[in-house]
Amino acid sequence: MISYILRRLAATVPVLFTVAVMVFLMLRLTPGDPAAIIAGDNATTQQILDIRTKLGLEQPILQQFFIWLGGLARGDLGESFFFRKTVFELISERIEPTLSLAFLTIVLAVAVAIPLGVLAAYKQGTWIDRIVMGFSVIGFSVPVFVIGYLLVYIFAIKLGWFPVQGYQRIGNGLGPWFRSLVLPACTLSVIYVALIARMTRTSVLEVLSEDYIRTARAKGQTEMKVLFQHALKNAAVPIVTVVGIGVALLIGGVVVTESVYSIPGLGRLTVDAVLARDFPVIQAIILAFSFVYVMINLLVDLSYTIFDPRIRY
Amino acid sequence: MTAPASSEPVASADAPIAAPAKPTVWRKLFRSPSVVIGLAIVLVMVFIGLIAPLIATADPTAINPGARNRVPMATSTMRLDDGTRATVTHYMGTDTLGRDVFSRVVYGARVSIFIGIAVALLSISIGLVIGMIAGYIRWLDGIIMRIMDGLMAIPAILLAIAVVSLSRAGIVSVIIAIVVPEVPRVVRLVRSVVLSVREEPYVEAAVVSGTPTVKLVLRHILPNTVAPLIVQGTFICASAILVEAILSFLGIGIPPDIPTWGNIMAEGRQLFRIFPHNILYPGIFLALTVLAVNMLGDGLRDTLDPKMEKRG
Amino acid sequence: MSAPILDIRNLTVELPKGADRRNAVENVSFAVYPGEIVCVVGESGSGKSVSSHAVMGLLPKGQLKATEGEIMLEGEDVLQATSSRLRALRGTRMSMIFQEPMTALNPVVTCGEQIDEVLQIHTSLGASERKEKVLAVMESVRLPDPAKLFDAYPHQLSGGQRQRIMIAQALVLDPVLLIADEPTTALDVTTQAQILKLIAEMQERRGTGVLFITHDFGVVAEIAHRVVVMQRGRVVETGTAMEVLKNPQHPYTKMLINAVPTLTPPVREERTGELALETVKLCKVYGGGGFFQKKREVRAASDVEIRVRRGETLGIVGESGSGKSTVARCIARLIQPTSGGIVVSNIDIANLPERQLRPHRKHCQIVFQDPYRSLNPRRSVGASIIEGPMNFGMSEAAAIAKSRDLMNLVGLSPDALDRYPHQFSGGQRQRICIARALAMEPEILIADEAVSALDVSVQAQVLDLLDDVRKKFDLAVLFITHDLRVAAQICDRIAVMQNGVVVEHGKTAEIFAAPQHEYTRALFEAAPGRNFQFARVA
Repeated sequence: MISYILRRLAATVPVLFTVAVMVFLMLRLTPGDPAAIIAGDNATTQQILDIRTKLGLEQPILQQFFIWLGGLARGDLGESFFFRKTVFELISERIEPTLSLAFLTIVLAVAVAIPLGVLAAYKQGTWIDRIVMGFSVIGFSVPVFVIGYLLVYIFAIKLGWFPVQGYQRIGNGLGPWFRSLVLPACTLSVIYVALIARMTRTSVLEVLSEDYIRTARAKGQTEMKVLFQHALKNAAVPIVTVVGIGVALLIGGVVVTESVYSIPGLGRLTVDAVLARDFPVIQAIILAFSFVYVMINLLVDLSYTIFDPRIRY
Repeated sequence: MTAPASSEPVASADAPIAAPAKPTVWRKLFRSPSVVIGLAIVLVMVFIGLIAPLIATADPTAINPGARNRVPMATSTMRLDDGTRATVTHYMGTDTLGRDVFSRVVYGARVSIFIGIAVALLSISIGLVIGMIAGYIRWLDGIIMRIMDGLMAIPAILLAIAVVSLSRAGIVSVIIAIVVPEVPRVVRLVRSVVLSVREEPYVEAAVVSGTPTVKLVLRHILPNTVAPLIVQGTFICASAILVEAILSFLGIGIPPDIPTWGNIMAEGRQLFRIFPHNILYPGIFLALTVLAVNMLGDGLRDTLDPKMEKRG
Repeated sequence: MSAPILDIRNLTVELPKGADRRNAVENVSFAVYPGEIVCVVGESGSGKSVSSHAVMGLLPKGQLKATEGEIMLEGEDVLQATSSRLRALRGTRMSMIFQEPMTALNPVVTCGEQIDEVLQIHTSLGASERKEKVLAVMESVRLPDPAKLFDAYPHQLSGGQRQRIMIAQALVLDPVLLIADEPTTALDVTTQAQILKLIAEMQERRGTGVLFITHDFGVVAEIAHRVVVMQRGRVVETGTAMEVLKNPQHPYTKMLINAVPTLTPPVREERTGELALETVKLCKVYGGGGFFQKKREVRAASDVEIRVRRGETLGIVGESGSGKSTVARCIARLIQPTSGGIVVSNIDIANLPERQLRPHRKHCQIVFQDPYRSLNPRRSVGASIIEGPMNFGMSEAAAIAKSRDLMNLVGLSPDALDRYPHQFSGGQRQRICIARALAMEPEILIADEAVSALDVSVQAQVLDLLDDVRKKFDLAVLFITHDLRVAAQICDRIAVMQNGVVVEHGKTAEIFAAPQHEYTRALFEAAPGRNFQFARVA
């Protein structure tokens, strides 16, 4: 088992390396002078020169890459142009709200989506199925910020149940922390629920047509146990896969949701960094999010062995 | 074995018995309610975009300081190009610069639909070529797929944001920014179709009868990618419209002077508590369009390519 | 005789609207008495599986519905039973085993638990009592080391062991009725023989009534006490096994029995045509490599040496995994052999790169097993047939003219060239595939399990066609099959393969008369119905 984990871990290295190369090349391969683009339209020649020096753009490209990679290996992500801090500091300040939001969202989404999906599959073709699937298409289609503002308008402005915006650190007590995250987590989970519910339905439906389901019925097993003991466990692999893949959507959603609710997290930082053309920060955030995404999907891969004994170590 | 198929004719198989005629693909498509409803809404939106100059009540970019932040159905007077004054009804109110939201929303349909279609076509074409190469040329497969895995490891919106942040704002850079993360998904799809179709006995039969590779791909393999690509293209179109709106909403997409749904909503953010209509109306149009395209995609998938959801 | 345990009276099961006929099963009546094995025989679409599923109440909801008749299980009509009553009957009074033991067992639950589940549902025994009972029943179906297999997952077992688990699960509560739906069709012939023996033995020991669904008259001869013959949803003949097999009354039964190939090869003259194909120490090794994983090599074919003359049919016979298809695919150069030579018209094609290989492709053509995947569904059958000749420079008009001739030759109307594959039945498609192969004017024709997916009556026709074209075009035919009966009928010589090695080869008649290798003997021993002389009626 341990050698399996190590092997899988080793297999993520090429992917992460490719990500690093691409993130690095992105700036260098941009047509025109990247320093000028970063400096913006109103920059002076001196400012552009400063940026060029700071990014080491005058060195040969391979040398730049290894210097940058070396920095990464030491945890040195460079220094923000705009915030006048190291990128590492900046990210560690902003990570708590984002983690809290993501955690609550995943818990909420999985808890809602899987029962909905199973129900829809079991009641295939009935109005229950249609409602669940209809909700899922709508969830895919309504932009996160529209949902966000809608919830804010109803539950914060009109009903006053939750704060309109802002984030309470977890250190200020669980109650305020939770209250400040209810609306953002609901907002963010809509698309996630849509995704997971749909995949749950599909894969449960597929399993329900398998021969061993017929066998279970031929043994005289009750429908509920057929559904939850036989079908759901066999359907689990595609479901956890989509939970993992959905993290990409979640990260995209975090960027928007944090902007809507003015949550000082990594998503908000991304937008600020892009608006300020703060390239070291953008690079670092992309790397960090991609790293998390790859690691989560590694965990998902490893979890397959729990659900399916046929997957060998 | 449960549902009995038609059995073999017992006597010598002389004249072929025609199986009951399959309903044509078109007829099947138009029997699917989600295709019909989705397509109808999409066509209405395209139509609105096309005739935008005719139905817009004002110039979508005209700033009118005298008519800022009007509620829906309010009226204002406006000076026209020829110097005369006219009274305009703002069906959806005005924004903080006094621009007519209805006209902006109507023009916004153009940008959104254009971007959706452009991104879908570009991603499909690029992905098709790369996917075919990966599926057919063994030694390139590894390299291509590692690059695609790397691209897929970056969450789509972040990748788009990164691309946008490096180029000057404009429609073209937004399109590129949305295409880049979509391409690997298309490549994967095409490659998986190629790899599975290659194993089909009818392809092997063609190989054995000496069919040259190019003909083999064009005749036997490419047609199998059409249905999944149409479906995938539809979903890409929907997601492109959404991502454009998100980028513009965050203020890093299309320049704010061009009326797009995302820009209108970005504009409406500050005064959202008092004037929610600036987010509500473009939001409804946006959601309805994306919903329609998604419904169309679902319907297409169910009729053209029922196994696709698994391949995802 | 005592009262029947299962008495089906006038059963009619309706098909959904739009199917090719109204009822899947129409007015079917038959009975199973205690301690007897009743075989329901028929080709695909005869309604034999539907009847058995109706007994268990397992008809797919919303698609098939029993509209008339009654199914009396020990005097109780299961069609009238509530769903909870039906659940109580399943597993206790009646139980079922299925065709494909791999898919019929839940892949993520251990074998022991799956048997235990029956006890959990229907009894109030404690955990240790249940385990004892499960181990006992596993023992009784002759599973080796039950304690170990209890915790094994289905994929860790062989096909035969899986089917034993299924049988154990079906019999653990001693039901009065066991329904076996083609339980050996997916198994290799040697495993099939063991499972048939086990079912007969269990049935005898426990006095269970068995309803055995099969398409194979060899199996019927092996196991049946009484036989029910079904055709297109109706029972056409019933009787004791002896009566039906030796003295069939209905024309359909006669036709089916006549179509069963005998295990006695006909006398064949020596073929002396020129050598068309020769392999020299042909090897194919799969796997190996792998950066992180241990190398896992499979020698699918090792040192295979075969020779086929023009006008001769060489059969390669073996069970699944014997490497017989690998050899065929190497010779057709769909895969590249790892080492060795393949000599076709004096040229070694084993290692030619695709570009140089192409001119030689026309010499060797192949017909595949699955008639439903062998033709491009998007292209008319005409387009599929003319593709090959046109690759070699024939004009379209000439190719079409040729394909019309070939359609006549294979017994189809030339006017059907414009039609698409889905408009043809399986046997017709196989004819089209033969026409497509012949269009290339090959010297070698490979038939890779080409008749295995066909019903027995169609199988006989396609075999006749293959033999006709061999004579007509003086073809060297390489006939890959797992079915000894088929091989006996069509092959001049036979090579028996096991684990990638040819263990025995020689003239068909000689091998059938006196098999030398132990494995060949085991194969013959296992052939169902080998000792039974089927009636040959006009």
